[in-house]
Amino acid sequence: MGEKLTIMSSKLIKNAADRMVLTGLNGKSVVPYKGVGKFKPEAQKYAPSISSCADYPTDGNKRVDSLKKALVKCGIEDGMTISSHHHFRNGDLVANQLFDAVKELGVKGIRWFPSASFPCHEHLIRYLDDGTIHHIEGSMNGPLGKYVSEGNMKGTGVLRSHGGRYQAVQDGEVEIDIAVIGAPMADPFGNANGLEGGSACGLLGFALVDSEYAKRVIVVTDNMVEFPCVPWQIQGNNVDFTVEVEKIGIPELIVSGTTKITKSPDRLLLAELTAKFCDVTGIIRDGFSFQSGAGGTSLAVGEFFKDIMKKKGIKARFARGGSNKYLVSMLEEELVDYILDGQTFDLDGVRSMAENPNHVWTSPFTSYNYHGKGNFAGMVDVAILGATEVDVNFNANVVTHSDGYLLHGIGGWQNCLFSKTVILPLPLFRDRIPVIIDEVTTLCGPGELIDVIVTERGIAINPLRTDLIEKAKGSGLPLKSITELKEEAEKICGKPEKASLCDEIVAVVKWVDGTVLDIVRKVSP
Amino acid sequence: MKNNLAVTGNSGPGVRSDCEVSFETTGSGGIKLDLQSKVKSMFGRSINDLVSNILSFYNIKNACIKIIDKGALPFVISARLEAAIKKTAGSDSEYLPEMNPENSYESERSRFRFSRLYLPGNTPGMMLNAGLHAPDGIILDLEDSVAPVKKEEARLLVRNAMRAVNFYGAERMVRINQGKMGLEDLRYIVPHNLHLILVPKCEDPAYIRDLEKEIERIKELNGVKRIIYLMPILESALGIERAFSIATASKNVVALAIGLEDYTADLGVQRTNSGEESLYARMRLVNAAKAAGIQPIDSVFSDVSDMDALRENVLRSKMMGFEGMGCIHPRQINVIHQAFSPTETEIEKATKIVIAFKEAEAKGLGVVSLGSKMIDPPVVARALKVIELAVKLKILTPDWEKSLQ
Repeated sequence: MGEKLTIMSSKLIKNAADRMVLTGLNGKSVVPYKGVGKFKPEAQKYAPSISSCADYPTDGNKRVDSLKKALVKCGIEDGMTISSHHHFRNGDLVANQLFDAVKELGVKGIRWFPSASFPCHEHLIRYLDDGTIHHIEGSMNGPLGKYVSEGNMKGTGVLRSHGGRYQAVQDGEVEIDIAVIGAPMADPFGNANGLEGGSACGLLGFALVDSEYAKRVIVVTDNMVEFPCVPWQIQGNNVDFTVEVEKIGIPELIVSGTTKITKSPDRLLLAELTAKFCDVTGIIRDGFSFQSGAGGTSLAVGEFFKDIMKKKGIKARFARGGSNKYLVSMLEEELVDYILDGQTFDLDGVRSMAENPNHVWTSPFTSYNYHGKGNFAGMVDVAILGATEVDVNFNANVVTHSDGYLLHGIGGWQNCLFSKTVILPLPLFRDRIPVIIDEVTTLCGPGELIDVIVTERGIAINPLRTDLIEKAKGSGLPLKSITELKEEAEKICGKPEKASLCDEIVAVVKWVDGTVLDIVRKVSP
Repeated sequence: MKNNLAVTGNSGPGVRSDCEVSFETTGSGGIKLDLQSKVKSMFGRSINDLVSNILSFYNIKNACIKIIDKGALPFVISARLEAAIKKTAGSDSEYLPEMNPENSYESERSRFRFSRLYLPGNTPGMMLNAGLHAPDGIILDLEDSVAPVKKEEARLLVRNAMRAVNFYGAERMVRINQGKMGLEDLRYIVPHNLHLILVPKCEDPAYIRDLEKEIERIKELNGVKRIIYLMPILESALGIERAFSIATASKNVVALAIGLEDYTADLGVQRTNSGEESLYARMRLVNAAKAAGIQPIDSVFSDVSDMDALRENVLRSKMMGFEGMGCIHPRQINVIHQAFSPTETEIEKATKIVIAFKEAEAKGLGVVSLGSKMIDPPVVARALKVIELAVKLKILTPDWEKSLQ
């Protein structure tokens, strides 16, 4: 470990998506992507060692004075893997406090395994610089993305989907030494949930796998209540220590007070076209299901869905989300029977989850894990997702921009590709940057799973979806081939030069089954 | 007087699809270009080439140029640079982007003008997708939405936009400035497949005739053949009093619009949603326009978030005889089109009348009747208009007769 990987020094192999990828990573061998549904490992799941009640206080009081002391009690050592979570999004104060403590203990070479990182984690760059953190396996957003893209991180980053993170832990690909779970409400035994308290975020689904598989689990809260803390989204029986701190999150940055639908006429046009497409192709029907995101366009798609459903007098069986006040209003107006929620984006979402039994909290295990006996993602009729780039073979990129910089995590995006129909509403170009291009800078999703690209200048249906092509015929919607769309963008913007990238490999992108889909290279200075 | 240094365009945190050009003429030292661009890794070379072409076109050998680019398209960069060069080195030559072949379509006198979308003339970002929202007309505005110090560079941007940006079939309109400045605007727009000029705060038929003369002069100079239509906007008590003479000042006046913000200010009253204060002006304008055989067009509705109030407003407007309305947000377009579009009952009646008319014509009958009722020619004409409208709005298919049989 510690040596920079480059294309020249690594043994690269062409995977099933025609991308040259690594066979070894951070000291372990990895499997190149073999195709959708092709890789089926024959092995046992990972399991932590057996615990005994004899080693825990019988009265259930697992409180420790400080996070630092808890880390010492967990036996923290150089080179360990420590996990944290993004339930508090850009208002997270846990990861920064955690690494302040790690630094004070003089521990080095930590592998940080967050479920996602946010711009608030810029604070951690100093610990990447001084060797406290060796590398990140998780999304690298904003300032961290820039830092990694410019080749500053010592190890190689690993990008996984939410489902892929569960899979990696369950399969033993990543062994978590210490999991630190920030909880808006917890009891001294370690039962915890996200429903109440100053840092209420709704649910703690991303931490579920950590609580089940990590060697040691610490629950950190700023709202310690007497036993029992119910409902126990995290079960205290999996928790080693509980710590009370002053503050774990900044409420206004965790959930927004009010989610607002975009006023951008161009985004609204995209959303309207997307909803019309779903209508004419019969996707919107009584009892259907959809996944809606929290991005500006996705929110607006939901509103157009709502209008269509009202007009037709039909309702959806369930919606998967990112919940927000708009989705909640659909639940409350009985246009949707259930919300199966992965994370709440505003206060209405948190409220609804706490009081409405049909607003159900889920986890990456139920929703996304590919190494399970099925998951929810595939049952969804239509998923409306984003992307930074799509190529003429419908392959899409969500992690880097066209200039090669890492800017976003994968989130649940890869997992949602298994929905029955996947639609990406995208502007044909952003400022001058074409979104549909010859070949994606970074491959995150294979084109065979991406069905429809909706742009303001036309809709391209994947030729594999002959059924959708047939249904959309004669609808009056502006259907075009993806190549026509690409050419139209180039006519307006000019043909972009390909970003010039260095030989050095700064991160890899994993597929939902743990295989390596692509590599991310350092950007030219 | 020319300065050594000029700054044109826009940058800053909220700005997109635009750029700021600082241009300084220097006596020696060659060309120094400092390009700061968010798209540099993809378009750096192409921007460099564009700048070199423009500099050699103007024969500039020494200059310090700084471009802060926010993803501006080439027609924007060249307009900004040309404006800066004209402010410093000075030149009458025009560096024109290629004419987009999609933009060569024509307009016609009696086309529908339900919606016309105003776009600020110095904000390129809003221009690129405007046509996709399918307004009947797109107005690139040189008047009120452009700050006085930006007037010159806005003319170049509007000119370039008319050549490079796809208007997707919308009627191509420009609102010029008032008075003398309006006359000076013409040379930047008339040669570039302009369809219609909006004439703001029009009070005098003589001004229309002056405009007409200048337009003809520029057309001849540039070999432009097509007619350029005029839509005077009446925005004052005097303008309203002279509505008919303005409407008939030129055969190319195809519509009269009313501007209620300025009109109510001129009267010294508040503008209300119900609009009692402008009732006379609106009725007078409608009557004058109809008398002159042109389209009366209503003012914009300024609350862009209230679509229900807009819908009511359009229905009232339609009832009074208006045939169109301005918009300041693309989301208003559909509401306006829907409200101006004929109702189901209107369409049903019209199809019956037209079928009866065609049957009578086929039989060589001079008189058309529907059931026991005789139908007059103007009724047929109105029915045909309703059907044309229904087809255009895709309520009926062009072969609606077949589907009825």
